[in-house]
Amino acid sequence: MSVDKATVVRIASLARIRMDDAALERMVPELNGILQWVEQLGEVDVTGIEPMAAVIPNTLRLREDVVDADPLTGGGKREDVLANAPAAEHGFFGVPKVIE
Amino acid sequence: MTDLTSLGVKDIRDGVAKGDFTAREVAEAFNAAVAEAATLNAFIVTTPDHALAAADKVDAARAAGGQLGKMAGVPIGMKDLFATHGVQTTAASHILEGFTPRYESTVSQKLWDAGAGMLGKLNLDQFAMGSSNETSYFGNVTSPWKKAGSNAAMSPGGSSGGSSAAVAARIAPAATGTDTGGSIRQPAAFTGICGIKPTYGRCSRWGIVAFASSLDQAGPMARSVEDCAIMLGAMAGFDPKDSTSLQMEVPDWEAALNADLRGKKVGIPREYRMEGTDQAIFDSWEQGKAWLKDAGAEIVDVSLPHTKYALPAYYIVAPAEASSNLARYDGVRYGLRDLPDGVGLQDMYAATRAAGFGDEVKRRILIGTYVLSAGFYDAYYTQAQKVRALVARDFERAFAECDVILAPTTPTASFPLGSMTDDPLTMYLNDVFAVPASLAGLPAMSVPATVNADGLPLGLQLVGKPFDEQGVLDAGLAIQERAGFTAKPEKWW
Repeated sequence: MSVDKATVVRIASLARIRMDDAALERMVPELNGILQWVEQLGEVDVTGIEPMAAVIPNTLRLREDVVDADPLTGGGKREDVLANAPAAEHGFFGVPKVIE
Repeated sequence: MTDLTSLGVKDIRDGVAKGDFTAREVAEAFNAAVAEAATLNAFIVTTPDHALAAADKVDAARAAGGQLGKMAGVPIGMKDLFATHGVQTTAASHILEGFTPRYESTVSQKLWDAGAGMLGKLNLDQFAMGSSNETSYFGNVTSPWKKAGSNAAMSPGGSSGGSSAAVAARIAPAATGTDTGGSIRQPAAFTGICGIKPTYGRCSRWGIVAFASSLDQAGPMARSVEDCAIMLGAMAGFDPKDSTSLQMEVPDWEAALNADLRGKKVGIPREYRMEGTDQAIFDSWEQGKAWLKDAGAEIVDVSLPHTKYALPAYYIVAPAEASSNLARYDGVRYGLRDLPDGVGLQDMYAATRAAGFGDEVKRRILIGTYVLSAGFYDAYYTQAQKVRALVARDFERAFAECDVILAPTTPTASFPLGSMTDDPLTMYLNDVFAVPASLAGLPAMSVPATVNADGLPLGLQLVGKPFDEQGVLDAGLAIQERAGFTAKPEKWW
């Protein structure tokens, strides 16, 4: 399989990365080079093989059902959470208007 | 007095404990060495005050007769992928430039708790994507090594290239690295130092900027196997904040180190004799076999039949996970925001990400987005995850016949900066020997073996069974004792 410019435009839009024409032209052959190379995976007989889900067998743990079980990642951290926001306003993340 | 910057982790820790020198003297010596080596561009920011404060704490604890930690008095470099409280954390990207965490990663916190201090945040390939340290927004890292008879700036490897350059240049006795598909081992091999990636889950991923979560593992980079054992002991351990953290005891790897390999079998994977590999690498591999035999091990042939498919599988799985992980950089919660006049939210996302990510990062996000998109998911992603299961099964079968695997770390020695940037694929092939162990989550280490005809270091790789870091370190120690690797870069900076 290979991608054309229209496909790269669509992928870039899904990935929310603005790309101008020159960048798109450059990206098409680069992506195709990589995609053609990974194509060889199709040769591998995977009959009866389950896709890997966890590399080291492990079970998901449940934490204690209590508020602020870990004070570091619990609540009450508004100031810390907003500290690096490019536009923090009135205790919230500021964003451009999304509803007309 | 000895030049303190010539010492490694163990010698510093023991010297401070014995009172041969103070932790402050050590921190001052390394701070000065770091300041002198700015031209290597190994650090994105330096934090001399952090190193001094940690050292003063250790000296005070010693004076008070208190217990000293595993890394007491050792100033280290911290790869700029670990969130550090109050100190800019960028992943070498523009999108995180200025990001100053209000929390500390688990691994770095454990190191500070063990008495280590921070010399600074080390440069790397942007978001750990790269094998030469040429994708950083903050410029290339230059290796302290030079090719004999040439003045060309060489690559320190990647992605942990700031870490490898700093340790090889003796401006840090040790550094943290992270390894997703070879990012500890390949730079270690390129610069003549040691580096170990432990079993997936040994070190907490909490507070490490995520690249590919099913592969990312932190590990130490230092100049000896003992130093790696000590530092890994300080970094590893269960963390409830990481859902894939291993709930297991951390063995005392340092205390159990044993280079006597009698009764051990070392597997030589025949599929690793790949085209495009330098003859000097094959020669060093032969030498490695002889060293391990001399240490008492029996050498056996093993087969890892899916080796050639590991790298293409990796270049589907890792970008897929990256495209998902890096979706968080949206210009809303932290980092860069690019808001052109009059645009809405969607355009703000797209403009922010266009300005904030470098080319290699964009390439991988696009590949990942494509292979996960409707209609292509099964053909690419599911197939790659099945191949990944086969790669892991290969290792499981091989480990029925041997205790540890010996292989080259890289197909070539280091190369000049700028010489491999034309085609992304050529660069990817650098990790052909490193990626299989990553896909299988296995502990793997690179130790320096020898130098090639150009005077550049070559590394050997040891891959162990799950949770058997000890077996990897022991075989590494056996090689270290026999290789007698003393080559070091001549100071030109």
